[in-house]
Amino acid sequence: MQENRREFIKLTGVLGLMAAAGLIAAEEAQAQQGWNKAAFEQKSTDDVVKALGGSGVSPSSDIAINAPDIAENGAVVPVAVSSKIPNTQSIYILVEKNPNALAAGFTIPAGTDPAVSTRVKMGQSSNVHAVVKAGDKYFVASKEVKVTLGGCGG
Amino acid sequence: MPDPMRIRATEQPDGVDVRILMSHEMETGQRKDSSGKVVPAHFIQTVTVTHAGKPVLMAEWGPAVAKNPYLQFKFKGGKKGEKIAVTWVDNKGETRTDEATIG
Repeated sequence: MQENRREFIKLTGVLGLMAAAGLIAAEEAQAQQGWNKAAFEQKSTDDVVKALGGSGVSPSSDIAINAPDIAENGAVVPVAVSSKIPNTQSIYILVEKNPNALAAGFTIPAGTDPAVSTRVKMGQSSNVHAVVKAGDKYFVASKEVKVTLGGCGG
Repeated sequence: MPDPMRIRATEQPDGVDVRILMSHEMETGQRKDSSGKVVPAHFIQTVTVTHAGKPVLMAEWGPAVAKNPYLQFKFKGGKKGEKIAVTWVDNKGETRTDEATIG
């Protein structure tokens, strides 16, 4: 009896550990699958690039940003970014004067054109930056967009 | 259950052109309602587009993506009649997947 009980306690202990390990693994998987929280909390382009794992960013004329010069409605600003940089892996769209700079990031697998179009919100007139990751390097191009009506419910 | 996405995928000489329109509030968490309370953030965080079981585009979004998000891109290797699938997950864990046939 005593022996059985000991076995039982040992077993539950092991099971508990396994469950805990499983739980931790599941949480990690979620964080990975998702979302680079730190990058989305930064206020400046340099800090976003740091949060993404880069050490610096250099300007490039091989990135094209297509966005209006004047956006009438800051709630819906069409932005298209395309990159001619070889081996473009990721494209990020940043709005400098938004509460948090990073608006969207795209991972481009091989076989997909390094070009995306989407629509972002802008609180006020600001520079829009397109950051491209190629290899370990980060490149940036910028365009100013004037907003006549803010996009943050003002 | 959130509303379905509108997806259009068309085969073109230089690849498959994909246009997606999602139905989502994309609430920033910065806005206040009429009684002065902050409306909690509710926005799509990740989007994955797959073709033949392989991802052709992955996106991470913050609340600064416009309401009812639009997304357009092109990939190579898709043919007419094949399917693509689009999945999004928002910050409340809601998710939706829709399929479209390349036309």
